Amino acid sequence: MTVAVSVENLSVVYDDFRALDAASVQVEAGESFGLVGESGSGKSTLLRAIAGLAPVSEGTIRVQGRELRGARRDKAFYRAVQMVFQDPYGSLHPRQTIDRQLMEPLAIHGISDGERRILKALDEVGLGSGFRFRYPHQLSGGQRQRVAVARALILEPSILLLDEPTSALDASVQAEVLNLLEQVRRDRKLTFVMVSHDLGVVTHMCDRLAVMQEGRVVERLTSADLVAGRIAEDYTRNLMVASKGFRRVAETA
Amino acid sequence: MSALLTVEDLRVSFPTRTGVVEAVRGVSFTLGRERLGIVGESGSGKSQTGRAIMGLTPLHAQVTAKTLAFDGIDLLSAPPKLRRDLRGKRIAMILQDPKYSLNPVMSIGRQIVETLRRHEKISRAEARRRALDMLAAVQIRDPARVFDLYPHEVSGGMGQRAMIAMMLVAGPELLIADEPTSALDVTVQLEVLSILDKLVAERGMGLIFVSHDLRLVSSFCDRVLVMYAGRIVEEIAASDLANARHPYTQGLLNCMPVIGADRHPLPVLDRKPEWAL
Repeated sequence: MTVAVSVENLSVVYDDFRALDAASVQVEAGESFGLVGESGSGKSTLLRAIAGLAPVSEGTIRVQGRELRGARRDKAFYRAVQMVFQDPYGSLHPRQTIDRQLMEPLAIHGISDGERRILKALDEVGLGSGFRFRYPHQLSGGQRQRVAVARALILEPSILLLDEPTSALDASVQAEVLNLLEQVRRDRKLTFVMVSHDLGVVTHMCDRLAVMQEGRVVERLTSADLVAGRIAEDYTRNLMVASKGFRRVAETA
Repeated sequence: MSALLTVEDLRVSFPTRTGVVEAVRGVSFTLGRERLGIVGESGSGKSQTGRAIMGLTPLHAQVTAKTLAFDGIDLLSAPPKLRRDLRGKRIAMILQDPKYSLNPVMSIGRQIVETLRRHEKISRAEARRRALDMLAAVQIRDPARVFDLYPHEVSGGMGQRAMIAMMLVAGPELLIADEPTSALDVTVQLEVLSILDKLVAERGMGLIFVSHDLRLVSSFCDRVLVMYAGRIVEEIAASDLANARHPYTQGLLNCMPVIGADRHPLPVLDRKPEWAL
């Protein structure tokens, strides 16, 4: 297996706050890799650093063997790597139609058969061509996230960075979007790097995962290990307990 | 159990350019000193039900009901002064996101004191003491420090505890919690919920817990109302959730990915138009 994304000893520092502290992860091509942790653990920062959206102070990032320096990314990078953000209300341009938002990456990359690709992308994410000339405010949250997925897929990337793609959605809509993501991963043999605070979602979607705390990777394990409870770190165990939901502690009468 | 709150045929509708949108369409229930959950997706009318009880429906909306009574007081015909006296004193509401629902230019302590001094004739020193006690009751370690902090200086979990403190300080009899933990991290969620649970139990309040997370609600409440398209489609005891009859309730229960359950693809809701009738 080849390595799709390799991050070594990566640090991101904002003034005197270390958002990411020498974190390393390796993601194989074709695999689905999860990053879990609380807010402030650096999981989103790691994803954003790969995409060139966070200032890297130390460490190396390699995508498909090529080392990336600084925050600039070339067109070839964006052809290979695309990102889906958390909040579909914020990540779509409110005054552009869906058609125009899907056309933009195609125009940037000089791809000519836009018409066909847009129809195909909309079809693939389960939105008919009827949605093509609507504005984001005319869509529901789940539909908007489908558009965001379509926009990421339209350049036919091989790696998808997913930053909490369903945490802004209702539980019932979350299931639909997760199914959609699994479907496109199967159809296109994509590599996923997925950030989530929900262990249920990550174990459902990913083969392997890294648990992060305070900017560091504290544990790497497979989903199967997690499910079976083969956990080394207390922190991971805490997350596990938390994800089981609320339990009333027996009241001492 | 005597009814603390009686709701009968509650309707909330919003006139819009394209016609009247009915957010809540004939909701009825009674609440004693118990924990009641209201569950549904966005747009099911669950939050608007809570807001109508609290009297926070936007002015242009229409609220009607056969009965909307809190402890024998008819809320719909109550004069605004009486409603202001009730709100915060006897009925309180915890909102979803502390980032948006706390006053950003007022320190946390002053916001708690404001609630107290609005409803009780007490001295500044006494109000401050009660606010500090309340902050300690929501398990904030250093209440004196947090008292002087502004909302942007505290974490989400801390902010939500401050909000709970603010809402409970006047000793309300009915607490409406509208998605009190969905903006928080999983680990912090549990802490906040257990604080809320303890305080509600100790003080014998009635609680209405509004959320889209059916599992969470069922672990927290005694009874659950499931709403779809502005109506209650099913009412069920939380312990009896496994025997839910309505396909919508079953769908909500099954659609969450669960650790250890290998279900690919996840079951999704097949929304039937007749559910909304």
